[in-house]
Amino acid sequence: MPRIRAGLLVSATIIAVAWIASVGFANAGSADATTTAQGLAAWEQVYSVLTSPRCINCHTATNYPQQGDERRRHVANIVRGPEGKGVPGLNCGGCHQETNADSTGVPGGHNWHLAPLSMRWQDTNDRALSSAEVCRAVTDRRRNNNLDGPGLLKHHEEEPLVKWAWDPGRRPDGTTRTLPPLTHEEFVAATRRWVQAGTPCPGK
Amino acid sequence: MATYQLTVNGERREVNVDPSTPLLWVLREDLKLTGTKFGCGISACGACTVHVGGIATRSCVVPVSHVGDRPIVTIEAVAGDPVGRAVQDAWVAEDVVQCGYCQSGQIMAAVALLKHTPRPTEQNIEESMGGNLCRCGTYPRIRAAIKSAAAQLPKGAA
Repeated sequence: MPRIRAGLLVSATIIAVAWIASVGFANAGSADATTTAQGLAAWEQVYSVLTSPRCINCHTATNYPQQGDERRRHVANIVRGPEGKGVPGLNCGGCHQETNADSTGVPGGHNWHLAPLSMRWQDTNDRALSSAEVCRAVTDRRRNNNLDGPGLLKHHEEEPLVKWAWDPGRRPDGTTRTLPPLTHEEFVAATRRWVQAGTPCPGK
Repeated sequence: MATYQLTVNGERREVNVDPSTPLLWVLREDLKLTGTKFGCGISACGACTVHVGGIATRSCVVPVSHVGDRPIVTIEAVAGDPVGRAVQDAWVAEDVVQCGYCQSGQIMAAVALLKHTPRPTEQNIEESMGGNLCRCGTYPRIRAAIKSAAAQLPKGAA
């Protein structure tokens, strides 16, 4: 019996060591071990920001930008123009300067422009596309300016017009514009988890 | 208050104003360039259009502190430019103006269009002038004058 007990003890020890080693190995790569489910959950957080007015108002499928939380058509008959910057005589930069103009209520940021039609996140009736549709658009390198996962993360982390969404200035009435549903730090963290999971998209 | 060195119609001008003051009021009140008009005050009508750094700009919503060193051109000096001269001549020839209040903005927008697009299509005119409102409804004559000015411009005039 003592010999059997000793054998069991040795076996249990080997199994335990192997389990600890395997867990330890997995944990060593935890930064890359985000599951698809976690990635999809992170994507839904990202999607909630992308479809907030501060972002989606300039990701239209139409010939014009939108403005306001109700996403109304931009005043003054503003049109997209060939490069998303309006047209001669009616350029985005004719009102939108390098920074917000809080005294007049006009938002501003570097290189103010509409997202290209390939990055439209709405349909032509100004309804936001589904999570799956936006995800496919964002991850399609033929449509997203050839950005891979790290490129998308960098875009969300550093692009001035993306960051503007969290510093959108004041409306003409002096009140502060509504912010996206996450902080920029939370948005970047969610993007990072989604990218680490391999930028999974919902199935539908 | 702060002091700004502006280049207006080719001249250096110094103004001491609140940084939040819209460019329109600096032009009209401090520099007495009253050709540029106040219409809506929210960039929706185009009466206040001037050129800032060559871009047709709604001066009623751009604080003077945002102008920087970009040159400003107003209606008072636009005739010094060949395209501006052609547009103003066409405006007279076509008898565009009725009450006239919006016309300095209309002309500044038209000049911006023709400097970039010397041979504009109907759509170019529609889109570029679509933000300049005229309560007198002179739109057909504005359109005719732009075409007339374009016809007078040599190729590559912009």
